[in-house]
Amino acid sequence: MKILVCISHVPDTTSKINFTEGDSQFDKNGVQFVINPNDEFGLTRAMWFKEKQGASVDVVTVGEADVEPTLRKALAIGADNAIRVNTPATDSFQVAKELAKVVEDGSYDLVIAGRESIDYNGGMVPGMLAKLIKANFINTCVGLEIEGDKATATREIDGGKETLSANLPLVIGGQKGLVEESDLKIPNMRGIMMARKKPLNVVDPVDADKRSEAVKFEKPAPKGDVKLVDADNLDELIDLLHNDAKAI
Amino acid sequence: MSVLVYTESENGKFKKAAFEAASYAKGIADALGSSVTAVSFNAENTSELGKYGVSKVLEISNDKLSKFNADAYADALSQAAKKEDAKVVVLSQTANDKYLAPILAVNLEAGYAPNVVALPESTDPFTVKRTAFTNKAFNMTSISTDVKIVGLAKNAFGLKENETEVSSEAFEPSLDESDFSINVESVDKATNKITIADAEIVVSGGRGLKGPENWEMIEELADVLGAATACSKPVSDMGWRPHSEHVGQTGKPVAANLYIAVGISGAIQHLAGINASKNKVVINNDPEAPFFKAADYGVVGDAFEVVPKLIEKLKEFKANNA
Repeated sequence: MKILVCISHVPDTTSKINFTEGDSQFDKNGVQFVINPNDEFGLTRAMWFKEKQGASVDVVTVGEADVEPTLRKALAIGADNAIRVNTPATDSFQVAKELAKVVEDGSYDLVIAGRESIDYNGGMVPGMLAKLIKANFINTCVGLEIEGDKATATREIDGGKETLSANLPLVIGGQKGLVEESDLKIPNMRGIMMARKKPLNVVDPVDADKRSEAVKFEKPAPKGDVKLVDADNLDELIDLLHNDAKAI
Repeated sequence: MSVLVYTESENGKFKKAAFEAASYAKGIADALGSSVTAVSFNAENTSELGKYGVSKVLEISNDKLSKFNADAYADALSQAAKKEDAKVVVLSQTANDKYLAPILAVNLEAGYAPNVVALPESTDPFTVKRTAFTNKAFNMTSISTDVKIVGLAKNAFGLKENETEVSSEAFEPSLDESDFSINVESVDKATNKITIADAEIVVSGGRGLKGPENWEMIEELADVLGAATACSKPVSDMGWRPHSEHVGQTGKPVAANLYIAVGISGAIQHLAGINASKNKVVINNDPEAPFFKAADYGVVGDAFEVVPKLIEKLKEFKANNA
């Protein structure tokens, strides 16, 4: 089984978010970048398929050279090969189209992506990619088993879960639950050394059209001060929630 | 040409998200000088949609669509959009809508903006405001394609009544085998519990509660308020509560009308996931907890004393205001 894990290179979850160039660009200054958490759960599940079922695991991202440390980290975790499509990622459809070419060239059976990236929160790439390559697609995937060319997946729905089955090729939008937080691997020294020697192939982009554009960013208006209520005067809290907030 | 809206239903009844999406679609239709056509799947009382500005309903009744299926639903919606020559398609952001949206976008060769919080800033170019960086920022997105898909964030627009005369017609999309290549084997959904996605009020507990055995009071507080229960990431990682209750950046987003955090310090990842909620209350014994900076109302105190008292007071309040 050939698995491709799509990695998004995103600011660490604790990053302060600022913008630059007239609020048109994300300010990368001083920001630590990581593997998108939803993708990391998928990558770790892919490692399980590698260990238990002899799968090969490649990782891919669309971006310029500055994303390579994130790909190297994925290699250090245990991926076999990395692919970087050499173009800035600007729009979900463009990224999906670039990834579609990589999937077609590599004849992958299973593509694991995160349900969304924590920067743009688009949640579009996995579904778009699946339809572009005419593969099955399962979103918000919290459990995945593969037997032969058949997949059984658990999908999180509002208020519960459902179990789905589908044939490969399959694209999933994964999240926590594919593996647990405690299963995530911190690369060890050997992994990091080996990652330096693993192939990181830079491929040329295809001509992918953009369908949307992030024109401008803004930060939420500063919040007013918290209204503190004395622990012995909870009637006041109830009054505020009822009359002020109209929330109860 | 009309604005098309997918109105999600469950067991024949429209979800609140469907009415909110319809209200929003009406706002766009007014800006474009057009009208709203809704698509419903096995829903009853489709005339209810007229209250929120829908003037036409394409009713799909099909047993094969009794369970949600992203490919088939997206195919049906694409056919409806083409039939109506819709240039804008409005979705909400439930789990199902988020699932079908990218498929629909490929089918219709449309650009898609998710998590949209307001009516378009301009319709030419078509520019909408959406959240980004998990609610830490907003982003103005312009869509350049002929057909545009907008995913409306929960509780961002609200219900807007706009009584409109509504007609309905049966719509039979032509579906083929490829629409059903994913089989739904089983659905496991608690029917008696309010879900975080649907809830107006969410009561959430953190590590400050010291152990899973102390969740009874969280559940009771939720019960009194008709709220859903949730938890912070460490609590789900330690297995005190199921993952499905984890809210925050890597968990579920919360956009409730009222979010009550008990014993949650307010890590930046947690706050990102919940700050689309309109009113936030924090109960914590540490006055320095970062949550107090993000909350609207706060009580500094021991949760084990404050919560039981709050439950009693709320019971009284509910009894007096019933």
